[in-house]
Amino acid sequence: MKKTALYDAHIHRGGHMVEFAGHELPVRYENYGVIAEHNAVRKAAGLFDVSHMGEIIISGKNAETALNYLLTNDIRGMYDGQVRYSPLPNERGGAVDDVLVYRYNSEKFLLVVNASNLAKDAEWIASRLPSDVTFDNISENIAQIALQGPLYKDIMVRLTVEEELPAKYYSFKDNVAVRDVKCLISRTGYTGENGYELYCAGADAMKLYGYLMEVGAELGLIPAGLGARDTLRLEAGMPLYGHELGEDIPLSEVDLGFAIKMGKEDFIGKTALLSHVPAYCRIGAKVLKGIAREGDKVFCGEVEVGTVTSGTHSPTLGFPIAVLRVLNEYKDKPLAASVRGRMLELEIVPLPFYKKA
Amino acid sequence: MAKLMFTKTHEWILVDGQKGKIGLSDYAQKQLGDLVFIELPALGAKVAAGRAFMNVESVKAVSELNCPATGFVLAVNNDLEAAPEKVNQDPMGAWIVEIEFESLCDCLMSEDDYKKLIG
Repeated sequence: MKKTALYDAHIHRGGHMVEFAGHELPVRYENYGVIAEHNAVRKAAGLFDVSHMGEIIISGKNAETALNYLLTNDIRGMYDGQVRYSPLPNERGGAVDDVLVYRYNSEKFLLVVNASNLAKDAEWIASRLPSDVTFDNISENIAQIALQGPLYKDIMVRLTVEEELPAKYYSFKDNVAVRDVKCLISRTGYTGENGYELYCAGADAMKLYGYLMEVGAELGLIPAGLGARDTLRLEAGMPLYGHELGEDIPLSEVDLGFAIKMGKEDFIGKTALLSHVPAYCRIGAKVLKGIAREGDKVFCGEVEVGTVTSGTHSPTLGFPIAVLRVLNEYKDKPLAASVRGRMLELEIVPLPFYKKA
Repeated sequence: MAKLMFTKTHEWILVDGQKGKIGLSDYAQKQLGDLVFIELPALGAKVAAGRAFMNVESVKAVSELNCPATGFVLAVNNDLEAAPEKVNQDPMGAWIVEIEFESLCDCLMSEDDYKKLIG
């Protein structure tokens, strides 16, 4: 199991360490807990170690064209310093992964991929690039820290000048000096709040983490673990690979139409997606009593019509929420989740469950 | 006088005559983290010593509670339905279920022995 560059910081702060995608990471911290960490991100700010994520550089004269063939979203016409979300489709129209694409310029892109899929993605992508496009997996040397919450900017301006920071949502700036640490900083995140994600050399990670905590603590910044990361993304209606997305889940069934550009030139899985008639849909539900979790079956009367792909108690809303994958024709019918022999009544609600003010 | 005993699976029982109030130890609530739902058993339900008889849920997972005695459910702490966090805040004060028992589990230990167990 791998330790991230911030392992000692987690131990020092009372992190309850768990194995996640081959890395030892904190699920929560002794003095806070999932709910306190979650609430800090909604009301002030939280600091996450997301160094387990993978980073791959794709470069070369034909990098844009080659990459566009591997993605469902269209990355042509992005500006230098822009970030775009895209599923990485397989031939059947399912997802190999979902990624963020950072454009340095038309010949150099950074892909940020899920840790659990890094090895698979590396092989998938490298073997599908033309020989004049270079592939470089730089994950081992990169640490990533996510600073998330409404006070994100108040904290960062104490460490660097505002003009150096990316202003627009889904944009980034490279070589930003955060005191003496050089970072790539993007206005991205996985919580439904404003925030930055900071990439730096592994060797600088402890220093950067220390700076952020030093200036952020008095504004209410606390460390946040994987538990809060999951409840936050779930409230924000963001899909998680392995739950809402997978190799055998057609991308036409996951409500990510904004990132699937059927009108663009050919891409992997396009033919499959064009001929596929979606049978299932991804919808949100409030659980009236009890908690439905991943893998619980969804019923309409006696008929099994789908599954719960993610479910938890929503700290912000104060009631249990679940994301469902159900047959289209049942999405407006009365549904219930079968949990340990009990039927828990579901009330379908729009996604996302939570939207920042 | 009431007597407090523990199981190795971190439940406590406060025995008074043939009745016992059951809760979760401080160690258990710390391990589980924030509790967000407590699935209380039905009144009158039969329970067996050493067997799972109800569930508590944290944000991340569901956990079974094992019953420290054989008998039936006399009362449940309904306050916990709206405020499961009381178990985190005051684990020794927030009883969850009261049972009337025929026999206690052989596995019960004193508070001192329990403290040694959890180190």
